[in-house]
Amino acid sequence: MDSNTIIQLSHVNFYYGQSRALTDISMSFRKNKVTALIGPSGCGKSTLLRLLNRMNDLIDGTSVEGEILFEDKNIYAPDIDPVEIRRKIGMVFQKPNPFPKTIYNNIAYGPKLTSINTGDLDTLVEQSLKQAVLWDEVKDLLNKSAMNLSGGQQQRLCIARALAMKPDILLMDEPTSALDPISTAKIEELIEELKKNYTIIIVTHNMQQAARISDETAFFYMGNLVEYNKTEEIFTKPDMKHTEDYITGRFG
Amino acid sequence: MEEKKHTSSHYEKELQEIKNGLIYLGALTEKAIQAAMKSLSERNADIARKVIKDDNEIDRLDTDLEERCIKILALRQPTAIDLRFITTAIKITGHLERIGDMAVNIAEKAILLIEEPQLKPYIDLPRMTDLVAEMIKNSLDSFIRNDLRMAEKVRQTEQVVDDLNEQIFRELLTFMMEDSKSIHRALLIMQVSKNLERIADHAKGIADMVTYMVTGECVRHQTCPLDEKEPA
Repeated sequence: MDSNTIIQLSHVNFYYGQSRALTDISMSFRKNKVTALIGPSGCGKSTLLRLLNRMNDLIDGTSVEGEILFEDKNIYAPDIDPVEIRRKIGMVFQKPNPFPKTIYNNIAYGPKLTSINTGDLDTLVEQSLKQAVLWDEVKDLLNKSAMNLSGGQQQRLCIARALAMKPDILLMDEPTSALDPISTAKIEELIEELKKNYTIIIVTHNMQQAARISDETAFFYMGNLVEYNKTEEIFTKPDMKHTEDYITGRFG
Repeated sequence: MEEKKHTSSHYEKELQEIKNGLIYLGALTEKAIQAAMKSLSERNADIARKVIKDDNEIDRLDTDLEERCIKILALRQPTAIDLRFITTAIKITGHLERIGDMAVNIAEKAILLIEEPQLKPYIDLPRMTDLVAEMIKNSLDSFIRNDLRMAEKVRQTEQVVDDLNEQIFRELLTFMMEDSKSIHRALLIMQVSKNLERIADHAKGIADMVTYMVTGECVRHQTCPLDEKEPA
């Protein structure tokens, strides 16, 4: 694995029971870059995202073939602790899902539970909220319930919560699809900032969002990786006709 | 390969309307050039005045097409081939509008030339006119059909028009040297020839944009192989 690569997939197949959802996927994700996974519903992009931090383990009857290297180790090797993988590879979901706790405890909960050495908890909470560009809005409300925040604020809180675990990679599964345009713009701005310190892999149905925020884009169709290239190339001059048909709306 | 249709039929229709608009605008400019030359060769100022008047319609269509393209950029946010199509369409309408202006220039020179005795029979100018009209037609055909070979043919014809322009220039120079009274008319004819040569440049510009649209490669400032003359 070269030094610019953070995760490398080799010949990965994934099955829900007998049904194959991903076919022979080989690709590398680059460090400190934003990679967008695009494709029609059911193409396997969210499945692939969840494979990267072993979230699919939680679904009965699934199986994986091939190799996913992270820090030079196959994350599916028997001696790997999935909880540790999920700490290093955090995830933000489509709908904001804060805990029904205070804003402070939403951030502090994970670090306290996993007893990772994070230093002073107050500092960690402040740092994480600042990184998620939420601190100024909530610094006087830390002991109020997170459920009172707006949707956009809740999503940034979820990002702050993921950051508090000091991950290397952030996986985002359509993180703005439930948000209004202003909140979406804030999250997109945040992603730009975060890529300085983190690697971000994002699933989005919004083509323009992929074009705006990602450095690289992978197009999936029916479980296959059709094209993976610099975002600029994909959106101006894709190599594959299939990709072009999809991003220009000649589909279905 | 037949291009698939967009899922949105409205979007498909908007793009088709731009294509149709460009074909119509191209036909108008082609007609304007032919008419301007006809006014000169038949010494008919009325035809020239009509060319000048009809240019308003070319200008109006240019503005209308450009607005439609900008609207699509803003509202549809085109990507890939659609993005290249729209940027090409914006450039093409600009080229065609300028060609219309050049037909007006030729018509204006024709009106002045008609007022004086004819300096010489017009042989190369009608030939140049036919060539540039064909270039415009072919460049637009290449745009409609994504035809790179036709775009290349347009680029090659531009060199022929350049050569004709140079020949006319040299010929008129001899007229001027022989008889100073011919200078005014010779200069006007030179300007007609220069305008035709510029029209050929615009047609080549359209062909270059078609190459960009189809391949994504910018060839606008690449030297044509025919431009590279053998060292003396």
